Amino acid sequence: MRGRDEGRRRPLPVWLLGLIGLAGFVAILELVPRAGLVDERFLPPFSDMLSALAAQAGTAEFWQALLETLRGWAIGLSVAMAAGVVLGILIGGIPLLRAAMTSTIEFLRPIPSVALIPLAVLLFGTDMRSTLLLVVYAAFWQVLVQVLYGVRDVDPVARETARSYRFSPLTQVRTVIWPTALPYVMTGFRLGAAVALILEITGELIIGSPGLGRQIAVAQTSGAVASMYALVIVVGLVGVVVNVIARAGERRSLRWHPSIRTEVP
Amino acid sequence: MTTTPIGATALLDVRDLRKVYSGGSRSVEAVRNLTFSIAPGELVCIVGPSGAGKTTLLRCVAGLLNSTAGEVVLDGEKVTGPPRGMAVVFQEYGRSLFPWMTVRQNVELPLKEKKVPKAERRRLVEQALEAVGLADVHNAHPWQLSGGMQQRVAIARAVAYEPHILLMDEPFAAVDAQTRADLEDLVRTLWRRLGVTVLFVTHDIDESVYLGQRVIVLSNSPTVVLEEVAVDLPDDRDQLTTRSLPRFAELRAHVYELIQRAKRGDRPAG
Amino acid sequence: MRDPGRGLRILLLPALPVLLVATWWLTTADSTNFFWPPLEQILRTFGETWFTGRFTADVLPSLARLLVGYLVAVALGVGLGTEIGSWRTLRALVEPVLEFFRAIPAPVLVPILMLFAGIGNEMKVLVIVSGCVWPVLLNTVEGVRALDEVLRDTARCYRLRPRSRLVHLVLRGASPQIAAGARQALSIGIILMVISEMFAASNGVGFTIIQFQRSFAIPQMWTGIIMLGLIGVVLSVIFRAVESRALSWYTGLRMSQRTKG
Repeated sequence: MRGRDEGRRRPLPVWLLGLIGLAGFVAILELVPRAGLVDERFLPPFSDMLSALAAQAGTAEFWQALLETLRGWAIGLSVAMAAGVVLGILIGGIPLLRAAMTSTIEFLRPIPSVALIPLAVLLFGTDMRSTLLLVVYAAFWQVLVQVLYGVRDVDPVARETARSYRFSPLTQVRTVIWPTALPYVMTGFRLGAAVALILEITGELIIGSPGLGRQIAVAQTSGAVASMYALVIVVGLVGVVVNVIARAGERRSLRWHPSIRTEVP
Repeated sequence: MTTTPIGATALLDVRDLRKVYSGGSRSVEAVRNLTFSIAPGELVCIVGPSGAGKTTLLRCVAGLLNSTAGEVVLDGEKVTGPPRGMAVVFQEYGRSLFPWMTVRQNVELPLKEKKVPKAERRRLVEQALEAVGLADVHNAHPWQLSGGMQQRVAIARAVAYEPHILLMDEPFAAVDAQTRADLEDLVRTLWRRLGVTVLFVTHDIDESVYLGQRVIVLSNSPTVVLEEVAVDLPDDRDQLTTRSLPRFAELRAHVYELIQRAKRGDRPAG
Repeated sequence: MRDPGRGLRILLLPALPVLLVATWWLTTADSTNFFWPPLEQILRTFGETWFTGRFTADVLPSLARLLVGYLVAVALGVGLGTEIGSWRTLRALVEPVLEFFRAIPAPVLVPILMLFAGIGNEMKVLVIVSGCVWPVLLNTVEGVRALDEVLRDTARCYRLRPRSRLVHLVLRGASPQIAAGARQALSIGIILMVISEMFAASNGVGFTIIQFQRSFAIPQMWTGIIMLGLIGVVLSVIFRAVESRALSWYTGLRMSQRTKG
């Protein structure tokens, strides 16, 4: 592939190609329905989606829904992060506990979070807490598993050193375990953030708790197709922003990670 | 001074090779003008200071890289892509073997591609692994072996392929000294036994003199040939006696001198 | 902090799950709470709920849709991913668009695809395909892009034909990343299987559970949650078995790299 790329005229920069790709995609979205290749009732032209989006942006309802979604996502993710990190360090740091928990974690983790939907509805109705339950449950496992990896990765020598200086458990966590585990925590954050958003939207869509997901369901049942697409685009953009921020955070925390540093000869 | 064979009998002919890397706004001339040739059955070493474009040269010869000007002719055919009948042993032994295949499968894969019949394939693989001293690790994966053994697998793969020419790109730069001496002797033995043509690139002066019939010394970048040194040592070489010959010391000193000159930026006159 | 002995560990392995189930059993044993029926009652209901026709009428159709959708998504993702990963310009061109698609939470595809494909099997399979394909696709692209340079050169030098190059170099080399993508896709697939049925369906596990909930058949609803949990666990066990077989070389390679420092 190096061979294929070589010896041709100078390639365009990557960002420009990406922009061209996006423009092409938008053009297809505009032209395909206009040309009648797809029924406009199913896929309105991109310009229609944009004007629907503009109309939406003028309503307080839209901003309220966006805020609800972001709030539910942030609260759920924070709870999952806190629980995942604390439990992860506790379980990972105590070998006996780790041995006891491993099988349970392996069993509970693959249970799909959506299985809890009926239970959540019974307990909380269409309240935002229903969705919060799903979000916390789904994101928690992502964080917990990464933290466990991180704690396992702690250099035994560093740990022994800390113990030989009779550091208190809390100091050990602060000086030895936490710095090693931090990049894994950030990976857990990235994975958890994506899953939390999926479940937040799912809950709103299926349960009907307030947020963009419910707006999409409302738009769908009322036949406002262009609005529905506009909201989907908004949700996608929220997803992109979440990914970008989480990845940037992960990369920052990786820069000074001990396992990276030691690889420099 | 040079023992370059006459054009018609050469197996490999490198003529006025030039390579300029152009990336973005600036371009780097790695190789300016290289001309040399290798006769069938020869073992030629190429040595040069680090950064002398040795790898660029080898990649051009191997057809992995297009030259900017000049040509590489192998077996009377101009090289435009990796040619038939050529095998390469890379420096990065750990990365040139397929980690998902066993040792046997690694050696066998190129033969399958050449459509060698099964029975013949089996024989070649066994012979090759036997020849490099790895008769008992057929079913191991490369990463289960030491660095030296991995490089032996890569050599076995090249040998089983029955190439007309074997290119070796600093193959022993990443193994320890002990293993390195063993592998050098292995290359000499295989070369004498199989009569294959070998082009051996190295940055190690001792290695080049010990192995080669001829040593081509490169200048620093942009690269030209600084001098070709004929190695008139007896064909039977071994680590102890050959390396203690006065003639070895002389040749070594001469090549060393050339490399020092190359580092200072000396170019051949004219 | 030495690890506890092997014997103790084996003993501990089932200890906690047993403890958890026992706790559930005991705390709900005399439960009169409508939402939390005794575990004993739930388990008694399990058999009659699922193995008197519902297994073939609901569970199997759900699984069949999941399987078809998932396999199509993996095939599509790997196929497109190898192509996109092999061409630098193509990759740069489509990557932002793909990243956008990956960032869309897959469940919102349900109302969109309902427009095109109604509420039948096609819609559900389509939902699963279009949700699962992205992680596979993007991970495959990443895997193909990150193929070792020296290994590629080796394949060229030994003149591997395009087909063997694809099989022996590209797909095998990218397989760890492909597996990572396929694992993500599996959990997304299960979510989509359930919610596409919750949204609109006439059969399937998700549909049945929602029916139980709406008619306040609480013990049955609990059996449904357990059933979904079991499906998740069994599928993940199967996936891991396949993965550890296919990637045994990779785990070995990683281990040897770690010990060599």
